[in-house]
Amino acid sequence: MEVVVAVIVGVLFAVGIYLILTQDLLRIVLGTSLLTHAVHLLLMAMSMLKTGAAPLLGRGKEEFVDPLPQALILTSIVINFGITAFFLVLSYRAYQKLDTTDMDRMRSESSKHRGRRR
Amino acid sequence: MSLLHLLTLSPFLLAVLLPFLGKAVPRLHKGWFAAALSAFVFAMLLGYLADVGDGSPIVESFDWIPSLGISFTVYLDGLSLLFALMITGMGVLVALYSIAYMSAAKESLTRFYVFLLVFMGAMLGLVLSDNLLTLYGFWELTSITSFLLIGYKNEKHRSRYGALKSLLITMAGGLGLLSGFILLYVMSGTYRIRELFEVGAPLMSHPLFLPAMILILLGAFTKSAQYPFHIWLPDAMEAPTPVSAYLHSATMVKAGLYLVARMSPIFAGTAEWFWIVSLGGLITLLYGSVASLKQTDLKGILAYSTISQLGLIMSLLGLSSLSGIFDGEERLLYAAAGTAAMFHLLNHAVFKGALFMAAGIIDHETGTRDIRKLGGLAQVMPITFTISLFGTFSMAGIPPFGGFISKEMFLDSVIEPLHAGVFGLSTWAALFPVVAWIASVFTFVYSVLFVFRTFLGPRKKPLINKKIHEAPLLMVLPPALLAALALMLGLFPGTVAYSLIRPAAEAMMPIVTASGDRLPMDIKLWHGFTPALWMTIAVVAVGILLALTVRRWMKLYAFIPRRVSINRFYDISLRFFEHITVRVTSLYMNGSSRSYVKYILGFMMLVLGFILYISTDISYRVGAYAQIAPYEWIILLGLAAAALAVPFAKSRPVAIILTGSVGYLMTLMFVFLRAPDLALTQMVVESISVTLYLLCFYHLPKLRTERRAVRFRLPNFLVAIAVGVLMTLVALAVLGTNPFEPVSDYYVRESYESAGGKNIVNVILVDFRGFDTMLEIMVLGVGAIGIYNMIKLRRKATDVGSRHVSHEDDESDDVADRFRKNQYGHDGPIEVSRKKEPWINCVSDLNDKAPEQEKNSDSDFETEPDSDSESATDESRKKGGDLDA
Repeated sequence: MEVVVAVIVGVLFAVGIYLILTQDLLRIVLGTSLLTHAVHLLLMAMSMLKTGAAPLLGRGKEEFVDPLPQALILTSIVINFGITAFFLVLSYRAYQKLDTTDMDRMRSESSKHRGRRR
Repeated sequence: MSLLHLLTLSPFLLAVLLPFLGKAVPRLHKGWFAAALSAFVFAMLLGYLADVGDGSPIVESFDWIPSLGISFTVYLDGLSLLFALMITGMGVLVALYSIAYMSAAKESLTRFYVFLLVFMGAMLGLVLSDNLLTLYGFWELTSITSFLLIGYKNEKHRSRYGALKSLLITMAGGLGLLSGFILLYVMSGTYRIRELFEVGAPLMSHPLFLPAMILILLGAFTKSAQYPFHIWLPDAMEAPTPVSAYLHSATMVKAGLYLVARMSPIFAGTAEWFWIVSLGGLITLLYGSVASLKQTDLKGILAYSTISQLGLIMSLLGLSSLSGIFDGEERLLYAAAGTAAMFHLLNHAVFKGALFMAAGIIDHETGTRDIRKLGGLAQVMPITFTISLFGTFSMAGIPPFGGFISKEMFLDSVIEPLHAGVFGLSTWAALFPVVAWIASVFTFVYSVLFVFRTFLGPRKKPLINKKIHEAPLLMVLPPALLAALALMLGLFPGTVAYSLIRPAAEAMMPIVTASGDRLPMDIKLWHGFTPALWMTIAVVAVGILLALTVRRWMKLYAFIPRRVSINRFYDISLRFFEHITVRVTSLYMNGSSRSYVKYILGFMMLVLGFILYISTDISYRVGAYAQIAPYEWIILLGLAAAALAVPFAKSRPVAIILTGSVGYLMTLMFVFLRAPDLALTQMVVESISVTLYLLCFYHLPKLRTERRAVRFRLPNFLVAIAVGVLMTLVALAVLGTNPFEPVSDYYVRESYESAGGKNIVNVILVDFRGFDTMLEIMVLGVGAIGIYNMIKLRRKATDVGSRHVSHEDDESDDVADRFRKNQYGHDGPIEVSRKKEPWINCVSDLNDKAPEQEKNSDSDFETEPDSDSESATDESRKKGGDLDA
């Protein structure tokens, strides 16, 4: 299963990077989300998968999966959420201001703004 | 730390304290502090005069970076003492002068005096340090302070231009100097100057000897404004006059001479050293004196005259190096050139300091330094007139001033090589007296014209109605002292000859005193009818003739082509390099953040790939460990398929939903990967995220309907695939390689014992790694504040945003030109107003727009930040709750 997960990590990374390199602001935000998922899976895979029970004591189990990556991922999920929300509002505001979510057009829009003001 | 160290570093200390002292005693002009400190250091240094004069130098060492062999060793011998006294002595006078010159009401004095003090400290450190690297450090510090002081009036374009020029040229030389020092270290294995002296002959035969010499001379020549590196000095005259008097005539420009004198024991005796130093000096002497004549600015005249005088001293230093290859009587004859160099060094500091200050007084009182507008000032400014007269006569070499004696000694020294017969001198020696004589004539002419055009004759039109009077006492006193000193040096040269000049000359030529003899001093006003005196008489006669007929032959200067000047070369090459830099930079810094992401990824791939490639202890695990149940296959494949479908989604909502489904499938993954907490959190977060996305569209209906697929781009595709493959490899490598024991066992073991929690993940988060979680909450808080600002504080946000945007430039034809404009073109009223207008409009624009915008979308998004921060607290609450359970 680890190998399959490793391949999926690669797929998620590839798609995430591809989306980040597009012009559309919204897809860039989506790309960052996908990248986060990829990183989470990578962290999970690092410590071998399904090596024991869920890391909860007092249920009569002796072997547990590694709890440390889970703790890291939990932190990461929350922070990622904060960042996604921030990105999203940022692009929302940018769209309101410049009337486009296209990165290239944003540049020309902004210089147009400047030209008009001058 | 010894007293000498403290003295060297005291200016830095005062520089740090000066702003506070200024606050404490606001009514006192800050110049008094600087003057008092220099006077104190000067007095302390005088105390060393007796010891050093006897030929016993003082060494104090202080380890700085012992592991690299760098120590801050101060070494006070005659040469260092002469310079240190000049630095502090001139420091006192310049500080006093500047109190009257710099107005506290108009200028930022703290800045000025901090720079000045730092310079003084750097200069002291430069002449006192025995370690080449500390010497280099102080050397560069003088360049930097000089840069800051030239650009003191930074609102003027000429100031900035001059400051940049001096920095570029002296720093280039400084780099040469550093490489030269390093080469010396490579050859000898020591950075200490004293130890270098002892290495001696093996150094000379080393193949790196000549490169080291040339590099060090490059540093000295750029600093001392020798031809063809002199071009920065005239432009440095943009500095306030006290600075010109101090840095650009008396001290900093002499640092190059100091270095040549200091290095003489190492390099003297070789033909290359002799020819480069003496000929370079001679050319500079001639060029400076000729160029000085066509200047119309008083300070310009003095600048070229400084260049010429520096050349004179440089050529004397070169001539004195001949003393290394002769014996007995002849050696002493050539050593006299060294004595002359030291004496002229002192004379020049004295008379040039007086003249610069006099020029400053004239500028201060009349408002102009243009010699064409001046005239007839002798009646209204008798003291300044006398000062200038003494200064110029000393400079022209007229008895009974100090300059006469050293000029005589100089003329004596240039005749001497006629009998040398080494280094091809038998054919070329005649060059020396001829060039020296011509240069002396020009020096005489420009000196005489300087004082007579300014002070005698009729008043010129522009100033005829102006009430001009003598400057305040404090301003006149320092140059008057210097003028008196110029006279005293001529009448009683013995006062300094034995105490100052002899130790300095001996330190420069240790070979002369190696046998225990002292260097004979032959400094006196009347030498009898020597060839040098006849040359001086001829100089005066021809000089007077030329000065009287100056209008007839000044036209000859028009024939000097202006298009091939060194200044033009500097300007063109500076523009060229700027252009190239801008072109090259804009080649890859194209302003598109996507390109930058690609660079970052490319570098990451390079590093990671390289490490994976070279590491031998990494093995890839390709065998499967955990079993995959059939339903898990469905989820895994679904995950991959949903992710792959995102780029193909034409409309945005579809893309969002696909991404959301990836997130929900991740939740399922977490479930069967035995991570219940992750699954819960992921589900909550994913739900809120998708809601957020869709909410966004709810408010932007146009965006919802817009259909645009992602355009296929091959480079992006390749980068993405490469990163994906690399990350798969990394994942496999991590699986197969286990260099360390996992730390997780500790947490499993201690979770209940130490922290009393049964949910290990939660215990780690809130207990073992509690700080991480706290900071995580902080990140969310910062994010929430950011979001709140973007939505609520509308006007401010747009203001900042649009300003940022306007800074970016769209591509246009001549990037370099615009760059230059940005860099230099802020001068003049036209540019400023054009630059400012957009901002004025922009602000008013915003004010007009803001209300309607707020109406549009104020209430809509109010819930957003709330939900965000709520979810943040949700998370932490949930964690805490889990822990309890």
